[in-house]
Amino acid sequence: MNFQSNTKANFKVVGTRVPRPDGVDKVTGRALYGADFNVPGMQVGLILRSPHAHATINSIDTSKATALPGVKAVVTSADLGVPEDESLRDVQDNCLARGKVLYDGHAVAAVAAKDMATAKAALKLIKVDYTPLPHVTDVDAAMKLDAPVVQEARADESVPEGCGPNVTHYCEFGHGDLESGFGMADLILERSFTTAATHQGYIEPHACVASYGTDDKADLWCTTQGQYFVRDLCSGILGIEGSQLRVTASEIGGGFGGKTTVFIEPVALALSRKAGRPVKIVMSRVDVFRATGPTVSSSMDVRIGMTKDGRITAAEAKLRYQGGAFPCGTVDMGAQAAFAAYDLKAVRTQGWNALTNRPKEAAYRAPGAPMAIYAVESVVDELCQQLDLDPLDVRILNAADAGTKSSYGPTFDQIGLMATLEAAKEHDHYHAPLGENQGRGLSCGFWFNFGGNTSVSLAINSDGTVSVTEGNPDIGGSRASISMMAAEELGVAYEKVRTIITDTSSLGQNDVTDGSRVTFAVGLATIKAARAAIRVMCGRVAKIWGIDEDAVVWEDGAAKPSGPNAGDFEPMTLADIAAISSETGGPIAGHHEVNAEGAGVSFGVHLADVEVDPETGATKVLRYTVFQDAGKAVHPDYVEGQMQGGAAQGIGWALNEEYIYGDDGRLQNAGFLDYRIPVASDLPNIDTVILEIPNPGHPYGVRGVGETPIVPPLAALSNAVSRAIGVRLHELPMSPPKILKAVMAKG
Amino acid sequence: MKNIHVSTTLNGDDAEFVCAPEETLLDALRNRLGLSGAKEGCGTGDCGACTVEMDGRLVCSCLVLGAEAQGAQIKTVEGMAIGEALHPLQQAFIDHAALQCGICTPGILVAAKNLLERNPDPTDTEIRYWLAGNLCRCTGYDKIIKAVQIAAADMRGA
Ligand code: FES
Ligand code: FES
Repeated sequence: MNFQSNTKANFKVVGTRVPRPDGVDKVTGRALYGADFNVPGMQVGLILRSPHAHATINSIDTSKATALPGVKAVVTSADLGVPEDESLRDVQDNCLARGKVLYDGHAVAAVAAKDMATAKAALKLIKVDYTPLPHVTDVDAAMKLDAPVVQEARADESVPEGCGPNVTHYCEFGHGDLESGFGMADLILERSFTTAATHQGYIEPHACVASYGTDDKADLWCTTQGQYFVRDLCSGILGIEGSQLRVTASEIGGGFGGKTTVFIEPVALALSRKAGRPVKIVMSRVDVFRATGPTVSSSMDVRIGMTKDGRITAAEAKLRYQGGAFPCGTVDMGAQAAFAAYDLKAVRTQGWNALTNRPKEAAYRAPGAPMAIYAVESVVDELCQQLDLDPLDVRILNAADAGTKSSYGPTFDQIGLMATLEAAKEHDHYHAPLGENQGRGLSCGFWFNFGGNTSVSLAINSDGTVSVTEGNPDIGGSRASISMMAAEELGVAYEKVRTIITDTSSLGQNDVTDGSRVTFAVGLATIKAARAAIRVMCGRVAKIWGIDEDAVVWEDGAAKPSGPNAGDFEPMTLADIAAISSETGGPIAGHHEVNAEGAGVSFGVHLADVEVDPETGATKVLRYTVFQDAGKAVHPDYVEGQMQGGAAQGIGWALNEEYIYGDDGRLQNAGFLDYRIPVASDLPNIDTVILEIPNPGHPYGVRGVGETPIVPPLAALSNAVSRAIGVRLHELPMSPPKILKAVMAKG
Repeated sequence: MKNIHVSTTLNGDDAEFVCAPEETLLDALRNRLGLSGAKEGCGTGDCGACTVEMDGRLVCSCLVLGAEAQGAQIKTVEGMAIGEALHPLQQAFIDHAALQCGICTPGILVAAKNLLERNPDPTDTEIRYWLAGNLCRCTGYDKIIKAVQIAAADMRGA
């Protein structure tokens, strides 16, 4: 392969499959997750939620609940201020409604009581006087000029004249002359699609313990993807200083973006402040579905022109997303990601966000991208069918590559799309025969990847071991990867390193574990922190040897004399240097703080074989292969795990999962029985092929891998099902009744 | 209503606790007996994170009353390792990356152990159907199935 790179090539630790440091804890039940944490004197917190999709709150009478023996505090939004910052106000209003309830399940009030039974009884005693209002939950209905108004005057400056009152945001990306592009096409297809809202579906519900002192110092333990962001949001909402609130993240039982904000944490703090005691809140599964962030639902139009030999001449997408009852910018990411896989002369995407009476959207793995790319990849597939072209050849012909001006503006550096497409083409999966009622689908996927604020500290202990302190919750094995990169850089064994995730008082800011940023950005900061420690060690050794600091090099875990002094002294290992550190100047450590850039975009290609039962409309996934560029796979097991887990979530999205609202605007399937995520017997083995096209922005070439894999399954499955049944579907999820209807309509 | 006094056997040891009549076995394990290995993912029998063994049968402990543990043999994930020696399933789950977040892991390990005791040489499909009541949102199940097979082979050899 001719991928140029100036990144490191020979690895000793990176790229191996070592056991993760938290493995034993997690297989023995010793690991402590959100709900596993307790403190003495803790009260039980419970939240009262709206039964209405949309209603004015005329009054809340908490007097009876407050008077119930055993109740320690009752709070409503009146117990909080009104933050000036609009986005903070939205977060707060989502945690406790102010004036209006905006969706079924919106929190209205909360109690803290001595036990669960008392807390439940107290909730029943809170009297809320509502005046129901007309509601809207569908994105197309919400876009209309005469739609029920979810919130007044929330449009930002991007929204053009003439949009409906619920439109809060508009965006546009692209370049080139669409009309002349479409003029060159031999075939133009324009299709419309819808996708349902889905939930991240982490198995661990949100949970926290808040302990607020009368001196306005507070502690919060919670399951979160970002303790620093939780601190910033909660201290803002509670009106206390950031330094006075220490947030500690528990082990996290899945997040996928859904634990990047707060739902119960400010409420627990407000209860604890009022009660003068620690308060624990654990959400029920029903509440997780009703009130925590699902992803957006969408309605989209895509128009693509292609020549007879498969070249795309022009492409256009119009995306309408709803992100619930508060303004949401997710459509921006969809509009940027839609055509990222293609090298296009003429492309335009437009996006609108509309408010609806649904819970506030939260990030879900590559937020905004899966639906947009589903629509695009479906139209590309149909063009291939109609023009009788091989869908992989068409992707290869049009693929973005290094130097391509992307559809959303930037020019790509080294990217792995072509390599993944070629790997897919060579793979035997692509050439395996298919039987009756079976179909094969493929789709490209893309995610930007992020870097962000990162702070890492690394201590060389006097016994020759290494302690790494970082601030990003480990959501799928990142502590192993971070320890591996520290070991690699220092030249010590992996077992000598232990990585700890610390609380907000112990390190500088760390952005949330999101955007596939941790292995990239925390890894980068860890390598730089190790280099800082190496500089200190080389300095100490130079002094011992009485030579210039520049004449000491670090190789294979030891300081060695170099240049004219080469061979003059016995190398000193990390352990040798550490053992005498107190005599050479004291403890040795390195640290690094950065707002990391250069994350390096990520591409993947998925192949899916399905069989559709023409009697029932049920789809069985027979075979599935994921091809993805990881830059450099630090721990291949966990890279594969991300690829497999993302694929499984995407398969669920494509086939089963959806938020279903009744005419009354209430969520009808708030549980794992009716919101059905894939179970083991639904899925085949998910094969993986890791490509490594180094990211020039990382010393080891690492790219984030976590998000891209949820993107391709939607179109890969839809393309496979459409080919299996001989009729094109334009709607997700492709539940059996919908497939059956399509089959029957075809006749 | 008055609390109930319950005598049971927990991971081979005698154990006693009091619980409310409506209290689940899951809550009793977590809040009365201090064992937080069994997790509550749903409380309605749909996720399997609370799976424990009761008299050799797999149960969702969120659907069993604490009072039903009277006189029963309860086994949880905390009882799988013997001293320092991990159960082969536990070892295989670590060695083959069969967990990401790990919240589903205790329930899946208990369920898989029960399967291998009944069927030491299951097919992939048998494992997939046996574990169909244990949701995992992180892994896509691929590495879980492989780890169970590796542990099964290991146990057959041992
Ligand atoms: S908590 Fe018991 S099955 Fe989910
Ligand atoms: S590893 Fe996270 S749910 Fe299974």
